[in-house]
Amino acid sequence: MSLPRYAAGRLLLGAGQVAGVVTAVFVLAEALPGDAAVVIAGDQPDPARIALIRAQLDLDRPAGERYRDWLGDLLHGDLGVSLVSQRPVTEVLAATAAPTVLLATATLLLLVPLAVGVGMLAARREGGRLDRSLSAVSVGLYAVPEFALAILLAALFGVHLGWFPPTAVGTDGNLLAQPAVLVLPLLVLLARPICSISRLTRAGMVDAVRSGYVAHARRLGIPARRRWLAHALPNALAPVVQQLARTTDWLLGGVIVVEAVFVIPGLGTALVDAVTARDVPTVQGLCVLVAVTTVTVNLAADLVAFRLAPRTAGAR
Amino acid sequence: MTPFLTTPAPGLSRRGLLGGAVALSTALLTGCGTDNAPATAPSGQPKRGGRLRAAFAGGGANETLDPHLANLFVEASRAKAVYDKLADYGPDVSIQPRLAQRWEPNPDLTRWRVSLREATFHDGRPVRAADVLASYARITDPKRAFRAKASLAMIDLRASRAVDDRTVEFALTRPFAAFGNLLAAFGAYIVPEGTETFDRPVGSGAFVFDSFQPGRSLLLRRNPDHWDGPAYLDELEYVISNDESARINALLGGQVEYAHDITPTTARTHAGDRRVAITRMANSTMQGFTMKVDRPPFDNRDLREAMFLLTDRQQLVDTVLSGAGQVGNDLYGKGYQYYAADIPQRTRDLDRARFLVDRAGAKGLRITLDTAAVASGFVEAATVLADQARQVGLTVVPTTGNKDTYWKDILTNGVLACYRSGAMPIETHISQRLLTNSTTNATRWARPDFDALYAKAVSSPDEAARRQAYGDMQRMLHAEGGFLIWGFADFLVATSPTVGGVSADAPANTLDWARFDKVWLG
Repeated sequence: MSLPRYAAGRLLLGAGQVAGVVTAVFVLAEALPGDAAVVIAGDQPDPARIALIRAQLDLDRPAGERYRDWLGDLLHGDLGVSLVSQRPVTEVLAATAAPTVLLATATLLLLVPLAVGVGMLAARREGGRLDRSLSAVSVGLYAVPEFALAILLAALFGVHLGWFPPTAVGTDGNLLAQPAVLVLPLLVLLARPICSISRLTRAGMVDAVRSGYVAHARRLGIPARRRWLAHALPNALAPVVQQLARTTDWLLGGVIVVEAVFVIPGLGTALVDAVTARDVPTVQGLCVLVAVTTVTVNLAADLVAFRLAPRTAGAR
Repeated sequence: MTPFLTTPAPGLSRRGLLGGAVALSTALLTGCGTDNAPATAPSGQPKRGGRLRAAFAGGGANETLDPHLANLFVEASRAKAVYDKLADYGPDVSIQPRLAQRWEPNPDLTRWRVSLREATFHDGRPVRAADVLASYARITDPKRAFRAKASLAMIDLRASRAVDDRTVEFALTRPFAAFGNLLAAFGAYIVPEGTETFDRPVGSGAFVFDSFQPGRSLLLRRNPDHWDGPAYLDELEYVISNDESARINALLGGQVEYAHDITPTTARTHAGDRRVAITRMANSTMQGFTMKVDRPPFDNRDLREAMFLLTDRQQLVDTVLSGAGQVGNDLYGKGYQYYAADIPQRTRDLDRARFLVDRAGAKGLRITLDTAAVASGFVEAATVLADQARQVGLTVVPTTGNKDTYWKDILTNGVLACYRSGAMPIETHISQRLLTNSTTNATRWARPDFDALYAKAVSSPDEAARRQAYGDMQRMLHAEGGFLIWGFADFLVATSPTVGGVSADAPANTLDWARFDKVWLG
């Protein structure tokens, strides 16, 4: 299969996936007990007041009609307005995306060299003491849930020792203004992906080094360093790239825990707030963003993997 | 905000509901809460200057600064920093004048003349009668659903008028002695006439707007011309941290000086820590259960009394509130104005409770108790009550519902539910929850004789007669009402020891609670 054809097929599939996700999210949000009007009314659930809020928010129209309108607006790039603040959802997304994107980018920038390096080191010393201890540490660290690690690091390095700020409170989401606040969240975010990706790199390298083509390269007298980096590594990286794509999705959508513990006003926090408030347009907007990102990142990863190892990736 | 990170602390019950806020304590038990003892060990004399950073739970990226929409703790606090009401609640939830200097009725209590003090908005314009009328018109707009609307509904704005720039004459739809309660209603802030956007709010309050990032922070500066005297602080910054442990971490890490809404567990953990001072605001949140008196099984008076008698209130306070509170007497508003402190405290009497259960034919009865993680301690309180009820032969089954729609669900459904409420005048509690036509009557208490007493209490020009009527109503509720009020929780705030002037004599929702213009940094 040629690369353009492969890409076109995947793109079409991606568009379908995004459409499916937003529809599913709308249906699920509608299926939640109570709507934004009930949540806003809170402990003052006077039925007349709820009815009024509902009418104000346009929630008294049939769900199908609201969904069609929303979809029509989406095609024009309009994500609607928040039920809570009446501000455009795009504004909310833009405001909350910055800290999350910064965290995700910084994590990836540190993750790739560190994880691949550790993986290669372990593969190089396969079966040796270093390999065994790296494996033990990775498996152990991988087993620690991020909320536990986050609380532990905040308590130890933030509060007890005072080396780093325990939260990002007061940075207004501009984390770069005070880079020290990034240290603990990044450690937490790196902990698990570093384990999975270094393990994958190690396994891939071990396989590749034992493969026929590397053996052939050795017989041709190609130096070890080149055999490792130019021949074995690209093949070993194909699964790693795909795992990286999954990590990126997780970083953009799933850092809710880290954002909560370290008080980072990012996308995860926005999503939790929006779901709690039954703010359906904001939830929808966030899901569109996450779905588009996921599809794009996975598409890019598949294309890179296809390029790195056409036989294996294309065959999947 | 993830389930494993947070106990459902009060501030986290997102649309967080001051009306049903949280908490209260022992310090005030004796007096009726009018002695103005400052709470934290204030570091000596008030000092001017500095920026205080205060961490609150927030409402996310969709927060607004519209004071009429205030609902969460942080919104209530911001509103009082930037705006003023005509009147507000004092430490015993009696009414204190603010922008209104005084208010005087006509003989039949249907027209009230309010004199405004000399005050200016932050843009230099004076606060005029027209602003007051415009603000109230905005709140009561029939097409909108502001929280204070129900309280102000009694004012007939078309028949009200500005006598001059600093005098308003309000016409009421019926005689009403507790007129001050309307002026102090939650969210009844005065905004300049014609205000519809709140991107850069202009109020008359002690702090002036500087910058705002929804869901993150609000920076305010001192208003040097505030009528109540300028604040000590140069600047006040609200920062948002939904997670309670993150708020305390930020305080310990020196990132904030004030952490709002702390759990009793946290307070105990840091009791000996010199980096933290805890202020306990007693009588802040009524804690109880509602029994629906209009349907079986609690339409049986004996069974209601059995419930009152089987409850071990001290055990509930000790476990559910971790001791940070005091027991209740099935009456709302302990320590507040018109509270019937002369009614003896009810104590546990299992023998009589068993007898009443038998007489009601309810032995072995299975009763569903609705609860949800709406507020800290709700689920725990349900479990403890179930244990206590078992001892007299009742099977109470706690059922956890959806926390976001809890208040609506329990309003009409079920028979027994966990309940709480923040501070408000006893009159307001009665009018919203205990009259035949009350819109949030969760106990379904509807008694013509009670309604008549209420009418007497609010239409009598004679203070002694009013007090008598409030007392009679409370005696009825205590004997056979649907509210089983077992306790009053403290509201807890943690500050850095450098912070002075945080008042403990300020139940949640009252003027001095979450108020910063009298606070200083030492």
